[in-house]
Amino acid sequence: MEFFEAFVNMSGGSFAQHMVNGISLGSLYAMIAIGYTMVYGILLMINFAHGDIVMMACYFTFFGISVFHIPWYLTFILVIITTALLGVVIERAAYRPLRDAPKNSVLISAIGASFLLENLANYLFSGRPLRFPNIEVLSQNLSLGSVQIQAISLFIPVVTIVCLMILLHIVNNTKIGMSMRAVSKDYEIARVMGINIDNVISITFAIGSALAAIGAIMWGIRYPGITPMLGVMPGLKCFIAAVIGGVGNIKGAVLGGFILGLGEIIIVAFFPQLSGYRDAFAFIVLIVILFYKPTGLLGEKTTEKV
Amino acid sequence: MLKVEELVVAYGGIEALKGISLEVPAGKIITLIGANGAGKSTLLRTIIGLVKPKSGRITYNDKDLTGLNSQKIVTTGITLVPEGRRVFSNLTVWENLKIGAYMRKDEAEIAKDVAWIYSMFPRLEERSWQLAGTLSGGEQQMLAVGRALMSRPRLIMMDEPSLGLAPLVIKDIFRIIQEINAKGMTILLIEQNANMALKIADWAYVLETGRITLEGTGSDLLANPEVRDAYLGKKKS
Repeated sequence: MEFFEAFVNMSGGSFAQHMVNGISLGSLYAMIAIGYTMVYGILLMINFAHGDIVMMACYFTFFGISVFHIPWYLTFILVIITTALLGVVIERAAYRPLRDAPKNSVLISAIGASFLLENLANYLFSGRPLRFPNIEVLSQNLSLGSVQIQAISLFIPVVTIVCLMILLHIVNNTKIGMSMRAVSKDYEIARVMGINIDNVISITFAIGSALAAIGAIMWGIRYPGITPMLGVMPGLKCFIAAVIGGVGNIKGAVLGGFILGLGEIIIVAFFPQLSGYRDAFAFIVLIVILFYKPTGLLGEKTTEKV
Repeated sequence: MLKVEELVVAYGGIEALKGISLEVPAGKIITLIGANGAGKSTLLRTIIGLVKPKSGRITYNDKDLTGLNSQKIVTTGITLVPEGRRVFSNLTVWENLKIGAYMRKDEAEIAKDVAWIYSMFPRLEERSWQLAGTLSGGEQQMLAVGRALMSRPRLIMMDEPSLGLAPLVIKDIFRIIQEINAKGMTILLIEQNANMALKIADWAYVLETGRITLEGTGSDLLANPEVRDAYLGKKKS
């Protein structure tokens, strides 16, 4: 009953601190997981390059602030825009030519795009870790009573909620959102309605990558070492988050992100001797959920009609 | 209005359409009957640009449509009510209608057309905010027709609108087809329900394994012993 011992010995203050940390990590995962789920919803493929888009966004931020000395808020905006463009370019170059090809070809192309980005980063920026720029306002510690919290930990959930609300508004209440949902359901008939599905797919990649950029910035502030392989682990975990929430479902991705984020922090906080297994936690959750609910927590059962 | 000449469509090496020619004059109801696998759906899918033909020509009001993509073709005023309805089940009824008018910008007119379709199908208005996936088969078919009408088409192609529906609902659907036609829209109708389809058709074609084997007025074909035998389930008399 170590859990309870740890729990009892823990002061209310540090419990709150862990919760804030967990929520903040969960929000971060959610931001990146949304990109996976949106692309899957429309193209029925896993964009393996998504984690590497996160990595590129970290490098973009480094260059913006540490090399070109652009003010951090301007850098953030530029990074979001360039990362969105990068996502669109990857789709154009690696996925669009394979639109009518079997799904496996697209998947392999996605893995190729992922390797290309990783090795490109290795070649351009070298494998030596760079330090993510320190942004005083966001990385400072705030004390709330006995609780010490990094400003970013409070900032991340707020940004995530705002982004999620904007995203859900776009998807549910705008014409472009309506066409995205239509394309995800039946792209042949969407074409017959006069929808340019290539544009819709580009916009989906732009939105997913922009959210990944925001996630990347928050990731960099929390974990400041930037390497070409940085995107692999968050990419994998956020993919898992999307799957356990029900891939294709935006709210599911957010839910999955929170489950993983909170779960990881709880393991580290309450079972310190298990903290070496924190990465394994995601996979265990994945296996358990797939076993009991293969479509994910919020996923719908799809019956394929012929 | 629509003219198809010597159209050949192949999937892989197999020819689904082996040189089809037909004509759809403005303002008429043209039907195409035939058994499963005769190539009926392939023809409509090719006209709307979802399938690329191997050879042949499709012209619409003297404009060559052959090989254009769907997005361009639908702007000329052609629309498709697809086989199996294929409404967007994850969109509400109202959104399905709105998406039918995707290419239009005249919001006021779009609202009028939605109201018109709701007056034609009151069931849809009652279910305006429901997801289309929750509708019954007949309601979904009405929605598919309504969605097609929202683009203000001049030619509506319908792929087996009666498929899987109750006889009373089928009657409704055919009544609506005639109503739409009376409003000046041209109709190209594909049906397995040959009896009903031939009754309302101005001109009809019989498609067999990728070839047109017979054509004539609806009433001629209804009286034709071969057609009666093969498609109407009645013994030659």
